[in-house]
Amino acid sequence: MGALTALLAVVLTALLGLSGASASPPEPGDPSVMTLAQQAEAFKGTLRDRGADNAPLPGVTILVTTLDGELVGTAVSDDDGNWLVPVPGPGTYLIELDDSTLPEGVLLANPDRRVNELAVQAGNERTVLFAVGSGPGGGSTQASGTLSRLASATFAGLLFGLIIAMTAIGLSLIFGTTGLVNFAHGELVSIGAIGAWWLNSPNHLGGKLSIIPAAIIAIAATAGLGAGLEKGLWKPLRARHVGLVQMLVVSIGLSLGARALLQVIFGGGRAQYFDYALQGTVTLGPLTTGWRDISILAISIATLVGVAVMLQGTRIGKAMRAVADNRDLAESSGIDVDRVVLVVWVVGGGLAGLGGILFGLDQAVSNDMGFRLLLLMFAGIILGGLGTAYGAMLGALVVGLVTEWSTVLGASPDIKVVWALLVMIIILLVRPQGILGQRERFG
Amino acid sequence: MDVMQIIGTGLTAALGPVGAFYALAAMGLNIHYGYTGLLNFGQVAFMMVGGYGMAISVAIFELPFLVGVLIGLAAAAVLALILGIPTLRLRADYLAITTIAAGEILRLLINSSPATQFTGGPFGLPSQVSDNRRFTTTFLEWNPIPAGDYGFSTIKFNATSLWLLVVLWLLVALTAWAIHAIMRSPWGRVIKSIREDEDAARSLGKNVFVYKMQSLVMGGLLGGLAGIGMSLTLSNANPVNFLPQVTFFAFTIMILGGAATVTGPVAGSIAFWFLVAGLDQAIRDAGMLPSGTEGAFRLAFVGLGLMLLIVFRPQGILGNKQELMLNG
Repeated sequence: MGALTALLAVVLTALLGLSGASASPPEPGDPSVMTLAQQAEAFKGTLRDRGADNAPLPGVTILVTTLDGELVGTAVSDDDGNWLVPVPGPGTYLIELDDSTLPEGVLLANPDRRVNELAVQAGNERTVLFAVGSGPGGGSTQASGTLSRLASATFAGLLFGLIIAMTAIGLSLIFGTTGLVNFAHGELVSIGAIGAWWLNSPNHLGGKLSIIPAAIIAIAATAGLGAGLEKGLWKPLRARHVGLVQMLVVSIGLSLGARALLQVIFGGGRAQYFDYALQGTVTLGPLTTGWRDISILAISIATLVGVAVMLQGTRIGKAMRAVADNRDLAESSGIDVDRVVLVVWVVGGGLAGLGGILFGLDQAVSNDMGFRLLLLMFAGIILGGLGTAYGAMLGALVVGLVTEWSTVLGASPDIKVVWALLVMIIILLVRPQGILGQRERFG
Repeated sequence: MDVMQIIGTGLTAALGPVGAFYALAAMGLNIHYGYTGLLNFGQVAFMMVGGYGMAISVAIFELPFLVGVLIGLAAAAVLALILGIPTLRLRADYLAITTIAAGEILRLLINSSPATQFTGGPFGLPSQVSDNRRFTTTFLEWNPIPAGDYGFSTIKFNATSLWLLVVLWLLVALTAWAIHAIMRSPWGRVIKSIREDEDAARSLGKNVFVYKMQSLVMGGLLGGLAGIGMSLTLSNANPVNFLPQVTFFAFTIMILGGAATVTGPVAGSIAFWFLVAGLDQAIRDAGMLPSGTEGAFRLAFVGLGLMLLIVFRPQGILGNKQELMLNG
């Protein structure tokens, strides 16, 4: 039996190395390479409130992910503040403290250290330190725990929902105006985030560009890329009378290829922006949050209001809604449909880039961040009504809130995205046209 | 750069178990997309429930191997029903979005901490369940091939791989025969008429929804079988084996070989893995890319290949362009 096991290990390694079905490059932490070893690598630690005589902090969630962003495990600190997350093998992982699960008033001493990139050796249990303590004005730790958690989850959900909304508008309008289900939309998000990260990084331009000009250049680049894709790819394909289903497959190929190229350029890991210009915390009633998140919220709301004003008030905005509503009718009433579609791509690309930068600021920059967001965009769009801009906004907010509220209701944080996708499937069952969609006769 | 080595690596992948279980997955997808026109972008979900259904039954609940296989297949059929009921009455792209989402939902659920006691979470099965039996044991005990290396020149298989590839290719042949028979039957003609014009089929009194559902279940069963083959080949069931790109590989294989043909997915799988594994080896030999990016390069290659194929040669190697005007 032992010989057979060894043989199996050889086969396994050979298959993974030569032809493996798993396409991710084998890494030290790749769980599939580690099947036969019975080792006990783990990350562990004890969370104590430095501001309250090192009282243990129970109920705080710690997440461990691989550098590719795959979740490995989560732990919730016990009554003594202890937590332990076993990992599948030696290697480098990201250890993240979910600050929305900290009791009210308790904050990370150094918000930059919320996510730690650490390596663990074979057979080791590595201790991770998170410096947390009650900030000024904290103190009443237990007073309104649930309310505070609900408030911070709502805030986080709104933030997430607004980011999804921003990226989903373009996707929905592109579908509305051209009928294309663009699976490569997520890559515009990643390109925006990675572009801004690259320009902002001191390793490339010597840190001369702060995050705001870097973001503006990156947004302009994704807007231009949107226009380039329409002019160079989708319009010629439409001219060739390539069917919509075929174009959908093309977009999947494009998404796969672009994501892989980004992995070659950016690497498979995750990174944070170098500029954290906006630090410090604020307390608003039951909610404690950082200026960074408030800025993200403000930028998102301002952008979405701007988009709504454009759609409602300007000629081109009205034309966009008209083409999305009924392409032939719009064309016969004298609207230049090709120009409108081009503008939709520019606006959609720019919004995707901005959404990516904000998503990267809120969480982390990675080559597949857009792809992970894509399914939530689709969920939001289907919830709100395929092809509409306002439906996409509304649906995305619902998706964001459902995602974050599920953790307050006690669901495991590593499956919070699942709830949003389940809501999408339920909506398809009961109201397939979505909340704001026009009822259409299907089959 | 050793050309023989590159060709050998390519052929080993193409003719080995990997080529075979991808052929099964692509044949399932071909029933969905090629014959019925259903846009299933979550074939990996069927593979996942098939593979995990078998692995959990055998490794955790200690059921006999064949019972585990049946449970895996049943799980794939149930998944098809769950996915089909909300989406098959809607436009084609809803099924695409829902199936791709289902694959990710299942992978996240299998990976999540509440499921770890059954699925092994990110550790997969059976590595963490140390005192349970491995789900591969029975299958390997049945192996009649004496230990040793088989093959010629640079193409080599050991006894385990040879046993796997014989069983899996036999299944592929059996499936090909079954698809050939079923698509010539009246049922097959209705299925193809739904692909061509759903309303016409409906106006002839055919219950389109039921036919689509049967097609979804059938292709899903093949996906489940492929997932079982994959788990046996890799001798573990692990969430990282079931990333969304597995579906895209199967899709590219089907388009490359020729959708809506019986042997297209088989030829496609052999050609695809020969090209991909050979290219991987060539890149490694040439040392053109920094280590760790070969996997990404492979994905970029597949993505570009899929785009070019679907635009310039949607009928693939063996397909008939006249038969295949897939415009949803």
